[in-house]
Amino acid sequence: MLKKISRQNLIFFGGLLLFFVIVQLAISLHLLNDFWNTILRIGAVMAIVSLGLNLIYGFNGQFSLGQWGFYAIGAYTAADITYRWSNEQSSLGLTIVLFGVLLVGVAILYIRRVLSRIRGLDALSAFTIYFVASLILGIVAVYLGKLAEPVFNTVLRLLPGVVALQIVYIIAVLVAAVLAAEISFLFGLPVLTLGSDYFGIATLGFTIIVKVLLDNSDTMLGFQEMKGARGMVGIPKLTSWFWVFLFLVIVIVVMRNMLHSSYGRAIVSVREDEIAGMAMGIDVAEFKILSFVIGSLFAGLAGGLYAHINGFLHPNTFNFIKSFDPMIIIVLGGLGSMTGTLAAAFAWALLLEGVLRLVLPQGFETWRFVVYPLLLLLIMLLKSNGLFGDYELPFLRQIIPPLKKKLDPGLQTPTSTPASPSSAQKAIE
Amino acid sequence: MNETTNGRYILDIQELSMQFGGLRAVNNFSIHLEPHDLQGLIGPNGAGKTTVFNMITGVYTPSAGQICFLNENITGFESFEINQMGIARTFQNIRLFPNLNVLDNVRIAYHTHAGYSLNDAILHNRHYKNQEKELTERAQDFLAVFNLQDRQAEIAKNLPYGEQRRLEIARALAAEPKLLLLDEPAAGMNPAESSSLMDLIHFIREKFDMTILLIEHQMRVVMGICEKITVMDFGEVIARGTPSEIQSNPRVVEAYLGPGAAALSEKFRRRKVE
Repeated sequence: MLKKISRQNLIFFGGLLLFFVIVQLAISLHLLNDFWNTILRIGAVMAIVSLGLNLIYGFNGQFSLGQWGFYAIGAYTAADITYRWSNEQSSLGLTIVLFGVLLVGVAILYIRRVLSRIRGLDALSAFTIYFVASLILGIVAVYLGKLAEPVFNTVLRLLPGVVALQIVYIIAVLVAAVLAAEISFLFGLPVLTLGSDYFGIATLGFTIIVKVLLDNSDTMLGFQEMKGARGMVGIPKLTSWFWVFLFLVIVIVVMRNMLHSSYGRAIVSVREDEIAGMAMGIDVAEFKILSFVIGSLFAGLAGGLYAHINGFLHPNTFNFIKSFDPMIIIVLGGLGSMTGTLAAAFAWALLLEGVLRLVLPQGFETWRFVVYPLLLLLIMLLKSNGLFGDYELPFLRQIIPPLKKKLDPGLQTPTSTPASPSSAQKAIE
Repeated sequence: MNETTNGRYILDIQELSMQFGGLRAVNNFSIHLEPHDLQGLIGPNGAGKTTVFNMITGVYTPSAGQICFLNENITGFESFEINQMGIARTFQNIRLFPNLNVLDNVRIAYHTHAGYSLNDAILHNRHYKNQEKELTERAQDFLAVFNLQDRQAEIAKNLPYGEQRRLEIARALAAEPKLLLLDEPAAGMNPAESSSLMDLIHFIREKFDMTILLIEHQMRVVMGICEKITVMDFGEVIARGTPSEIQSNPRVVEAYLGPGAAALSEKFRRRKVE
């Protein structure tokens, strides 16, 4: 059996490698122009966001419209870090965010351990504790970041410029993802206690708040380089097909491994029946938070990657209407289907961003948003559990282990012969 | 049957009350279960039986009174903590994980005993693989005990009703509880099915040395298997005793059949004796 599984892994990773090499060759040999290259990378980015949302909505059952907000946070955070490095030769953004996420992350894990011993602590008080701690550590991180900046600058300048830029870029993407995850933890703590519909509305509110803050990022938040509603320009275009593909594979493997474990089953049990899950010893609140945080981590990661594709960010990209994009992708691909999400994300990018832009005459691009809902409507009517339904690629499929042996019949219940007059029946007669 | 271990109760409920707004659903409810007991809780619809179960399992927090399980006060604990301490339950209207297969339904109940961390799971390391394999084998053995091993790949909601019940009981027992609460296990079953259920309950009690408290409407089942029965009406305990004591208790008859019925049944019985 072990051999069979490793063969499956071999086929999956071999297939991925082949796909990567073919696309990479096509790009390197200029068979694929910039337009299609961008479309592919956007497809991969959308796949990462949508996988995260599928974890939250498809597997955990929490209807969230906040995914786009975390995507925006990831995008702007990563963009700000690399912008400062490449345009101002300063690693200030990097150091502050790096120290911030590290300190807050450690604090959250520590406080969580302490609070787990306190019984009957309501979500709002817990949130207050976490929030105050994060706020204090955030301020500490700003000072630490300013202190550490010269050190980081000198170390990074010792390296060749290209290498340093790549290092800054990767760290930026990663810390942006962790930042999004930490914000989602703070936000999710009180909000996840709401019922499913109210949670949806609250997360929609979150996305709108993020968008409004980005619109005024230069005045309200004081980040001049983000230029508010005029859009942020001058971000280095560093997200190559290699990076985006690598991160996509990591996300797929992490998510698949998690779902195929007891933790994944616990996450799904929350979707299936919260009360039954609680009665089976599943800490429902904990698993809601867990999947929300990991889903948002993926969103932040995707945001960081997206920011470096076009080198341009505009708050309108993060409009709440767009937050339905990943939602539509996971519904199209099938809730709770990773294969479907992957296929739908790439199809979404290729068709709606790619083909339709070329096919429709100039000025008719907005017609995509007519095709889009129509497509969704058709899918909903014809195949309500998504394009792929329950289908998963062999690698992503959960294998039910065959029965090892038969138990000796003496151990089994007497229920196999239901009609026979039983001792208990005789007892009453 | 009353094997008292140092006079210790496995479940000791004292003067439990539950108030929903102006409605007192349960009032001064007390019950004691010794290890290996099999007790029944009956009463007309709306008597507060399921509310008692919900309070024991932490779905509701009682307005007054206390619940002690294995000498520990568990009043106000969360549902999942109570399960982890060793109380498992089934539900009046079956609550399986409907879209998951039979094996996963049981494996979820093992989560607390999984024995590996999330990091192990994400890395898929050797420790995870060993633990997961062991856990799966245990779940499969468990299904075999309940004659569900051939159904392991079946989606739970597609099982026939009787098997769903059996799976729900199997899932409750998978977490290795010390006390099992069954909420109307025979609901919707025909006589043949309910007698095989009675056998199953006996079997569970002997094989797992289980203490069981059950709510049931089918008198045949309750009277057939319970040693001690508590009767509730309008949130209060109105009678307690062995099945034969309960059957002849006028207050119980009155609760079920209305005032005047007790006298009638007494008359009926006398005539039958004559």
